[in-house]
Amino acid sequence: MSMKISNRQVDGVSIVDCSGRITLGEGSVTLRDTVRELLSKGRKKILLNLGEVNYIDSSGIGELVSAFTTVRNQGGDLKLLNLTKKVHDLLQITKLYTVFDVKDDEAAAVKSFN
Amino acid sequence: MRFPARGNEDEWIGFGVGKFIHKIFAMTKQRVSYTLDSTLETVDNAEQTATRIAAEAGFEEDEVMRISMAVREAAINAVFHGNAYDPGKKVRLDFESTARDLVITISDQGKGIDVSKIPDPLAPENLLKTSGRGIFLIRSFMDEVQIHPSHSGTEIKLIKHVHGPAVNGKEASQ
Repeated sequence: MSMKISNRQVDGVSIVDCSGRITLGEGSVTLRDTVRELLSKGRKKILLNLGEVNYIDSSGIGELVSAFTTVRNQGGDLKLLNLTKKVHDLLQITKLYTVFDVKDDEAAAVKSFN
Repeated sequence: MRFPARGNEDEWIGFGVGKFIHKIFAMTKQRVSYTLDSTLETVDNAEQTATRIAAEAGFEEDEVMRISMAVREAAINAVFHGNAYDPGKKVRLDFESTARDLVITISDQGKGIDVSKIPDPLAPENLLKTSGRGIFLIRSFMDEVQIHPSHSGTEIKLIKHVHGPAVNGKEASQ
């Protein structure tokens, strides 16, 4: 299953709903393009909802890191929402769980940006 | 015999040079080999094949996932870093199953990886790097990992023990 992505605005926060796989190739590129497009519109509060992401490889992890640093470098913030167990475990073993601000409640996550 | 007896051996041949693979598998029922192009499709196919073979070898779902992710990462390294998508270079993928182990070997025709230059992705200065986690993930997911670089390419051997990791050490050698 390839990656599907859509975004919506909630109280000034861009929530990016991702589903499928974030892997080398299409999935990583789709995520990169979406984040770049949001930043180009001045939307710098980004919440990546990974609740439907069932697979991520090292390239996908790299893309998450790239998105995080790109947004931070532009004065914004990027947080993660609703990690599946597989993605959670991957972020744990790569020590990135401590780098990302990970949320499990959408409303609380949106409030945390303000 | 780890690979189960199958009525139709062609089911094992998802891609690659079919007749050659068929012959090897028909002879031994324990080993299957593929010679593949240096493409993204190869990465996906290697992962899918690893998933199927690991499941049919009797590993539980979580272990199948780890094995298939390790194979995907090794295939990425072979296609992307090793062969650099060169259409003239091939990736070889071998699966061999014994009563003790599932052994997967991935070989490329690149310049050979310099193992000493693989950075530690957990080091604080590397945490925010966007690449360099593939080998680390492979080592995390498999019981033994052997990396054999040469001037004509890199061979990486991934071993998963049927009965879990050995007591003495996780990694055999590099």
